[in-house]
Parts: sequence; structure tokens; C-alpha cells
Amino acid sequence: MLMRMLAGGLIAGFGAGLFAAVLHFAFVQELILRAELYETGELVHFGTGAGGDETVAISDNGHDHSHGDADGADSSTLARNVMTMLFTGLIYAGYGLVLASAYQVAGLFGRQISLQQGILWGIAGFASFQLAPAMGLAPELPGTTAADIALRQIWWLGTVLATGAGLALIGYGRSLPFVIGGVALLALPHVIGAPMLEGFHGIAPPELAGEFSARVLGVGLAVWALLGWLTARFAAPEAA
Amino acid sequence: MTQVIAKRTGTQTKAFSILFVAIMGAGIVFFSGHAQSAALHDAAHDMRHATGFPCH
Repeated sequence: MLMRMLAGGLIAGFGAGLFAAVLHFAFVQELILRAELYETGELVHFGTGAGGDETVAISDNGHDHSHGDADGADSSTLARNVMTMLFTGLIYAGYGLVLASAYQVAGLFGRQISLQQGILWGIAGFASFQLAPAMGLAPELPGTTAADIALRQIWWLGTVLATGAGLALIGYGRSLPFVIGGVALLALPHVIGAPMLEGFHGIAPPELAGEFSARVLGVGLAVWALLGWLTARFAAPEAA
Repeated sequence: MTQVIAKRTGTQTKAFSILFVAIMGAGIVFFSGHAQSAALHDAAHDMRHATGFPCH
């Protein structure tokens, strides 16, 4: 069982990760690169001032790291994109293992995971890891200024756990109180609210940020649905 | 009796295996998504933005 979980979860994760990388370069990367032009000041977004003629002050907003390597030689772009592919594969491999272990927990309760149910589990994983956190912390373009990173990570983690547990209670709860508890867990992180700054400090056009968030979530949904299916195919608990 | 013990041991092994894989998966997600070391951050940068992690 351990081998099936490990091997199946990793195969499913890297498979979904490959799909994610394709979609990433088709839909998402161009928006990141364009946002970096605003971040570095190469492009300036007008129209935030009263008359539309005010130049927005470009500051690095405390970023102490250097990215934007893409401006340089082709080799650094290649290296950057290879790293993105590697880490996309890696993150979904991690998700694949988490999902494979969750399937086995369901198996302990006597639940089989069919391929169709796998897709539903995948969508639930998307809701837990991406959609619910995005409701408080929208996917950020490079150059976005936001609240303290540690606080946001804590809220992110809490939201993932609460949403996953809430969906499990709703999906598998045997009676009404379970379902009510599940709904309460889904709502809790949003009642508490994500850490936010006062005011808005975006330097990229809002249209670009909106498009980016929407594409990130769309890609996430597609990839997670595939991940759920693949994990059910390769790592679902075998019938006892 | 032996059967009961064997069954219990089996369930415990299962539970440990599940826990092991879950922690490993969560570790990978934390490592690639949240760890703030500069090198790791730069390498994982585009993926973090593209999967909605709080990045900076």
C-alpha cells in the first residue's frame, strides 16, 4: 500500500504538473512578464491619478530579491522557465501525495474512490488549496504589495485546512450536524478575514491583475481535476 | 486473539504509511510553496505566483 501511494501519487502529480506547465506557458507566464515590466518601471500605468496624467511613483516596495531575469540573455530565460517547470512538477507531486494519502483515509472508512469521484476530489482539492485562499488573498502579480508574508501564510494554511475538512464533512458526513459543521468550517476563514493592508498599492493595471487571477484559477481547476482523476487511477485504495 | 492483534497491527501500519505519505506531500508543498530562502524563492517564483501562494 505504501508503494502504491508513493508511486501512484508521484506519477499522478508529475503528470498533472506537466499539464500545469503547458497551461502555465500558454496562459499565465506572459502576464507575469508583463507585470514585471511595471514592477521594474519599464512600463508605467497611467490613469490612477485624478487627471489621468499623473505618473505613478515606481518603487520596489521593499522587494529584496532579484527576479526579472527574463530581461537578460536567452539562457537565463531558459533557466528560469526550466525552474518553473521543475517546481510546477514538484508542487503537484506534493499535492498528488497529499491526495493519495487522503484517498487511503477514505479507504479506511470503507470508501472506494472511482475515477469520477477522483475528479470530484480533485475539484475539492482545487477549492481547498487555491479557490478558497484566493477569495482572501487573490493570486498576486509580481510587484504587488501586500500584508506581512508570515501572517498571510498562516491564513493561507488555516484556510486550506478548514476548507478541506469542511468539504470532507459535507461530502461524507452521515447526518445534518456534520454538514452544518462543514459549512461553518468553510465560512470560518472568511469570517476571520485575510490579512490586508490599508489602501491599495498596485503598480500594474487592474485589468492585468484581474486577468491574471482569473487565468490562475482557471488553470488550477483544470489541473486539479486531472490530478484527482490520475491519483484515483494510480493510487486509489484497492478493494479489500 | 492473534487475528485481532494482527488486524490491529495491520491498521496501525496502514495509518503510519498514510501519515508518512501525507507529511511527505505536505513537506514538498511547504518547501516549494512557502519556504522563504532567497534561492528557493527565486527558483520557485513564477510557479508560486501562478498557483496563488502568498509569495513576497
